[in-house]
Amino acid sequence: MKPFAYVKPADVAGAVRAVSDEPGAKFLGGGTNLVDLMREGVERPDTVVDVTGLPLDTVDQLPGGGLRIGAMVRNSSLAADERVRARYPMLSQAILAGASAQLRNMATVGGNLLQRTRCPYFYDPAAACNKREPGGGCDALGGFNRSHAVLGVSGSCIAAHPSDMCVALAALDAVIEVESVRGTRRIPMTGFHRLPGDTPEIETELAPDELVTAVELPPAPFAARSRYRKVRDRASYAFALVSVAAALEVRDGAVTAARLALGGLAAKPWRAHEAERILLGGPASEESFARAAEAELAGADVRPGNAFKVHLARATIVATLRELNTGKGTA
Amino acid sequence: MTTKYAETEPRQDAVKHVGRPVDRVDGRAKTTGEARYAAEHRYPGMAHAALVHATVARGRIEAVDTEAARAVPGVIEVLTHENAPAMKPAPKTSLMNLSSLASGTTVSYLATDEVHWNGQPVAVVVAETPETARHAASLVRVAYRELPAVVDFAAEEPNASPQKSSVLQPAGGDKGDAVAALAAAPVSVDLRFTTPPEHHNAMEPHATIAVWDGDRLTVHEGTQNIAWLRAHLAQRFGIPERAVRVLSPYVGGGFGGKGFVWAGTLLAVLAARATARPVRLALTREGVYRTVGGRTPTVQRVALGADGDGDLTALIHTSVAMTARIGGMPEGVVSSSRHLYDAATIHLRQRLVRLDLLANTAMRAPGDSVGSFALESAMDELACELGIDPIELRRRNEPERNPMDGKRFTHRMLREAYEVGAERFGWRERDPRPGSMRDGRWLVGMGVATAYHPSLTMPADVTVRLAADGAVVVRCALQEIGVGAATVQAQITADELGVPLEAVRVEIGDSELPAGPGAGGSAQTAGAAAGVLDACRKLKESALALARRAPDSPLRGRRLDDLEARDGGLYHGGRGETYAAILARAGRDHLEAGGGTGMLKFLAKTLNERRRWVKAASGAHFCEVRVDRDTGEVRVSRWLGMFDVGRVINAKTAAGQLRGGIVMGIGMALTEATQVDPRTGRIMNPSLSEYHVPVHADIPRIDVHWLDEPDPTMPLGLLGIGEVGITGVAAAVANAVRHATGKRVLDLPITLDKLL
Amino acid sequence: MRVNGAAESLDVEPWVSLLDALRDRLGVTGPKKGCDQGACGACTVLADGVRINACLALAVQYDGKEITTIEGLATGDDLHPLQAAFIRHDGLQCGYCTPGQICSAVAMLAEHRAGMPSAVTERSGELDEAEIRERMSGNLCRCGAYNGIVDAIKDVAGQEAR
Ligand SMILES: Cc1cc2nc3c(=O)[nH]c(=O)nc-3n(C[C@H](O)[C@H](O)[C@H](O)COP(=O)(O)OP(=O)(O)OC[C@H]3O[C@@H](n4cnc5c(N)ncnc54)[C@H](O)[C@@H]3O)c2cc1C
Ligand code: SF4
Ligand code: FES
Ligand code: FES
Repeated sequence: MKPFAYVKPADVAGAVRAVSDEPGAKFLGGGTNLVDLMREGVERPDTVVDVTGLPLDTVDQLPGGGLRIGAMVRNSSLAADERVRARYPMLSQAILAGASAQLRNMATVGGNLLQRTRCPYFYDPAAACNKREPGGGCDALGGFNRSHAVLGVSGSCIAAHPSDMCVALAALDAVIEVESVRGTRRIPMTGFHRLPGDTPEIETELAPDELVTAVELPPAPFAARSRYRKVRDRASYAFALVSVAAALEVRDGAVTAARLALGGLAAKPWRAHEAERILLGGPASEESFARAAEAELAGADVRPGNAFKVHLARATIVATLRELNTGKGTA
Repeated sequence: MTTKYAETEPRQDAVKHVGRPVDRVDGRAKTTGEARYAAEHRYPGMAHAALVHATVARGRIEAVDTEAARAVPGVIEVLTHENAPAMKPAPKTSLMNLSSLASGTTVSYLATDEVHWNGQPVAVVVAETPETARHAASLVRVAYRELPAVVDFAAEEPNASPQKSSVLQPAGGDKGDAVAALAAAPVSVDLRFTTPPEHHNAMEPHATIAVWDGDRLTVHEGTQNIAWLRAHLAQRFGIPERAVRVLSPYVGGGFGGKGFVWAGTLLAVLAARATARPVRLALTREGVYRTVGGRTPTVQRVALGADGDGDLTALIHTSVAMTARIGGMPEGVVSSSRHLYDAATIHLRQRLVRLDLLANTAMRAPGDSVGSFALESAMDELACELGIDPIELRRRNEPERNPMDGKRFTHRMLREAYEVGAERFGWRERDPRPGSMRDGRWLVGMGVATAYHPSLTMPADVTVRLAADGAVVVRCALQEIGVGAATVQAQITADELGVPLEAVRVEIGDSELPAGPGAGGSAQTAGAAAGVLDACRKLKESALALARRAPDSPLRGRRLDDLEARDGGLYHGGRGETYAAILARAGRDHLEAGGGTGMLKFLAKTLNERRRWVKAASGAHFCEVRVDRDTGEVRVSRWLGMFDVGRVINAKTAAGQLRGGIVMGIGMALTEATQVDPRTGRIMNPSLSEYHVPVHADIPRIDVHWLDEPDPTMPLGLLGIGEVGITGVAAAVANAVRHATGKRVLDLPITLDKLL
Repeated sequence: MRVNGAAESLDVEPWVSLLDALRDRLGVTGPKKGCDQGACGACTVLADGVRINACLALAVQYDGKEITTIEGLATGDDLHPLQAAFIRHDGLQCGYCTPGQICSAVAMLAEHRAGMPSAVTERSGELDEAEIRERMSGNLCRCGAYNGIVDAIKDVAGQEAR
C-alpha cells in the first residue's frame, strides 16, 4: 500500500474541506473496498479522510413516510432496521444477500454506493484496463467475462457494478444527498452511476470532492410486498451473477404498481423502466412477466463468457415476479 | 456422531484407545490461539520479504529498475538476477533419493534473466516491515523481451504426447481389443469430459522464516514433508543436511500444496543469506497462486460397451493432462479404470502436453479425483442407457480380482459399501425417471459414485521413551496438517504399551526428531504406525528382559507374545507387573526403543507387494442435490459416504478427514476452477473471493460411515483416509444433477450456466 | 486501543492493518491471515463486540476500541464454551481457520439474540442449521470441518437457551 496521510474529521464541514484541499484525497468508510484496492495498488490516494467519525450514522423518519439513511450507517444496521424490514423488505434482503456478516458490520452505506467493480483485470495491475488506466485497452473483452455486464456496455469497458444494496435503492427511487465545499445537492439513485461510454474511469455523477451524506427513501407503500433475489455461484458469500429487486402490486389480476431493478448486468444498478412499462396495467401472468423481461433484455450485448446472463436474467425476473404474485416459491 | 464407534461405547474395564472418538491432543492449542504457525515466530532483527512476479509467460528480462523501490525508507535490499547470490540447481530426480523429487520446479530463481511462466518471481524486496516490502515490490519495474509461449491447454490437446510409465505408475495398458469390443457392443456410451485446473487453497498461505547462523540454517515453514524440505535446502544451499533445521509443528492445511519446495521457501532462505538477517517471507494469497502449482486440467474420454444385461464388454479411458516445461507431476488420471470394473476388454492411455506455465503438482488424490469423475459419470450414463439402476450396474461388474492383471485384492468391500449405504441413504425412494422428483421450485436428484484410492505406506523412524514416572514420549518428525497426527499415534502407543492416553506425549514437526514419512499419498498414519508398533514392541521386549533378570518377577520365564500390555505394565492373566516396578527394581529411570524400516528394505518390500496385490481404500458416495428449476442453481442437500478404509484409529478425526474430502469434492463439482488466461498464461482469479471454495452454506450434513474391517497387509489394518473421500464426489454430484434435470454435464465445474 | 482487556498503546503508520498490528506488532497471533482481502474470515476479531475482518481494517480507525481476539475468550484455564465445543465436536482440523470461526460464532450468537436477521430468515427465528450456516458463511474452512463447527455452535446455542 502506498504510504498516505490519515485524517479523521469530526464533522461534515471538516471532511469536505479535507478533500477539497487535497486532489489526491479519498474518503474512507468501512474500508472493505478501498483498503483492498489500495493494497492491490489499484487505488493510490495521498490522503485518506476517514468519515466514520461523522455524525451521519442514524436512520431517521421523514415527514410523509420516507426514511433518511445516514451515509455512515453500517450495512448490517440498515438491514436490521425494523422500518426498513417492514416497509422496504427488498432493501434489507439485498444487503443481507451481500458479502458476509463481518463485512456488512464494517461497510457503510456511502461506501457501498461507491464500491468498484470486481472485474479481475481491473484488479490486476499487469492487465490492460481502461478503467484503471484510461486508454490502456480492456483485457476483459476477449478474456474471462463471465461476471461481466451485458446491458449498457461499451467497447471500452464491460464491467458490472457489484453492489446488491444499490439494486434495491434503484428500484425504490432513492435519492442521494451529497455535500462539498460548494454546498449540498441531491442526485436520484437511477442517475447516480454512469454507464462506461468512452470514460469508464468515471463511474458516478459524484465529483471527487463530494461526500455522500445521506440516502433518502421516498414513501413506497407497494414496496412492503417486495423481494430481492440473488443468483450466484455459491450459496452465500459470492457476488451476484444476476439479481432482481422487484415489487409488485396486483388488483383483480392486473398489475397496478411494479418496480424492477437488475444487478450484475450493467455498470450501474439497472432500473428496468421498459419492463415496468409493459407490466403496468397488464395481466399478472407468466406470459406478461416474460414479455417484460425480454423487452428489457432485448438490447443485451453479450460475449461468449456472459451470454448465459440473458437467459438467467429472464428466468430470474419471471421467477421473482411469479413469487411476488403468488406468494409462493420461496424456501 | 454417526460413526460406528459412537454407537457402541467401549467396555469400561479394558479401554482401548484405538477406534475411539478421542479429542485431538492439540485441540486446546488450536482453539485458544496458542498454536503458532510458521509466520508467527519472531526473531530480533527479523526483516520481511515480498516478491515481484513476472507479467509475461515466457521471455528474457531486459532491464530491472529497482531505484524507486530502493528509495523507499526501510528497504534493506532488492534482489534480482543481477545481484542475488547463486543457489545450486535443482537435483536430478532419482528413486534412490526420494527427496530429489521435492523440487516444485527446476528453475534456478534469480540466477538468470529467463522467465518461464507468468507469475515467476523475478525480484525479492527485503525491508524492515512487511508493508514496506510489499509497497516497494510494487515499485520495481521490469522490462521483458517476450518469447512465444505455449499456455493454452485446450488448444494444445492435439499436440499431446504419450506419458511414460514409471515403476510406481503405469501410464496405460490393454486387455484384449477394447476398440473392437466397443464397436460390437449392443449398448455403449462414448463421452468426452473436461476438468479445469484447481488450487489447494489451504487456509494458511505458505510462509517461511529463514534464519542463518553461520552455515547453519533454521527454517520455520508449514510443510507436508519435513525430511524432503531439509534435504532439498541442504542441497540447494550447499550445506550438510545436519546443518538444516526445519520446524513445522502446525501446518495450516496442505492438500498437496505444501508437499514440495516452491519459490517462496528458496527465496526466503536466499534473502536471509544475502542480507544476513532473519527473513520472513509470507506469501500473499495471490503469491500462492503465482508460485505454488495446482491441479492439472484434464481432457478425458471414457467409452463403455456392454451387453444387454449390463456386463461390460469394453472400457476405454484416455486422458490428456499437463506438466510444465519447468517441471510438474504427471498424474495417473485413468488409474481407477485399472481397478474398478470387470470389463472383458480394457484400453487405457495417458498423454501429456508441456506448457509454459507454473508446474502442476499433487492435489488431494491426484489422478483419481479427476479420473473418477469421468469414469463414474460414464458408468452412470451407461446405466441410464441400459435402464438399469446404477448400483446394480456396478454390482454386476464388480471384479473378483484386479481387472487389468488378475492380481488379488487385499481387501475389497465395495458390494457391502453399496448395500449398507443404499439402505441408510434411502436409495429405494429414488424414482429413476429424470426430473421426476420435485420439492417446490427445486428439482431433486440422487446420484451415486464409487470412491477409490490406492493405499501406500512410507517408512518412518520412531523412538518411544518410557520414564519411571510413567510418562511416555513418542518422537517422530510427522507433519500435522489437520489429520490429528499426534493424536492417533498417541492412541496407538497407549494401546500398545497399555498405558493411559494422557501419559503419552507425541513430539512431531521438527527435523531434529527421527525422520517421519511425508504427509502425502494418505500414507503418513500407516507409515508412522508401523514405526510406533515396532518401537513399542522393542520397548516391551527390553522391559521384559529387565524383568526376567529378577528372580522374583512374576514375568520370569514369559515371552512377550504371551503377555498383555495393560494398566501400565505387562501381564499374563492376573499376574504381571508395571513398568514402574520393573524400572525401579532395575534402578533405571527410563527405557527407550527405536522402530522403523530402512528405505531400501522398505522399497523392496513395497515393490514385492505390488507384484502380488492390489490394495486400496474405497467407498460408495450417495448424494442428493436440488436444482432450481428457473435458475439452474445446484445445492447439495444430503450426503452419505460408506467407506471401506480398513481399521479406523480415531473415529472423530477419521470422520473429519472423510468429510473434508467430500467437501473439497463438492467444491470441485460445483464451483472450483483456476482461470488461466489462454492469451497470457496468467491466473486471473488468484483470490478467495473469485476462486470459489465451498462456504458453510454450500455444505449439508454429511453422514460418513465405515465398514471397519482391518486390511490384513497394512500396519494395524488401516488403509489411509486422507484422499479417498474426494474421489468419486464430483461424479456423484454430476449423476445426481443428471437425475434431477436429465442433463449430463461433462465439464467441471457444474455451474448454473451449464444447466440453463 | 484495548486488546483482550489490556490497554495497548501502539504507534503504527496509517497503512498498517489492524490484523498486522495485532500479529506483527503486538504478537497477538491468534487472528490469522488467510487472504488479506476480506474473503475468508480467518482474521475475524471483535471490535466492541462486533465481528469484523481485521485485514481490511486500518489499525488507526480502531483507536480507542476494545478488541477481542481468540486469546481473550477463555477465562484463565476455563475455555469459552465455544472453544470447548469446537474440541468436543471436532470442529477443526488444521486449526488455521479456527480462531476466526470461534470469534465469529461468539458474535453470531449475540447478533442472533439481538434479533439480527439473515438472508435465510425473513424474521430471525430459531437458530437451526440453515441459519447457522448462512450466518457463518463469512468463515471459510478449507479442511471442510463445517459439520463439526455447526454442531459445536448448535450445542452452545442449546446450552444458552436452557
Ligand atoms: C470478499 C468480499 C465480498 C463482497 N461481497 C459483496 C456482495 O456480495 N455484494 C455486495 O453488494 N458487496 C459485496 N462486497 C462489497 C462490500 O459491500 C463493499 O466493499 C462495501 O459496501 C463498501 O463499503 P465501505 O464502507 O467499506 O467502503 P470503503 O471501502 O470505505 O469505500 C469504498 C469507496 O467509497 C468511497 N466512499 C466511502 N464513503 C463515502 C462517502 N460517504 N462519500 C463519498 N465516497 C465515499 C471511498 O472513497 C471508496 O472509493 C464484498 C466485499 C468483499 C471484500
Ligand atoms: S471490463 Fe472495464 S474494468 Fe474490466 S478490464 Fe475492461 S475496462 Fe477494465
Ligand atoms: S484474512 Fe481477513 S478475511 Fe481473509
Ligand atoms: S481447520 Fe483447516 S481450514 Fe478450517
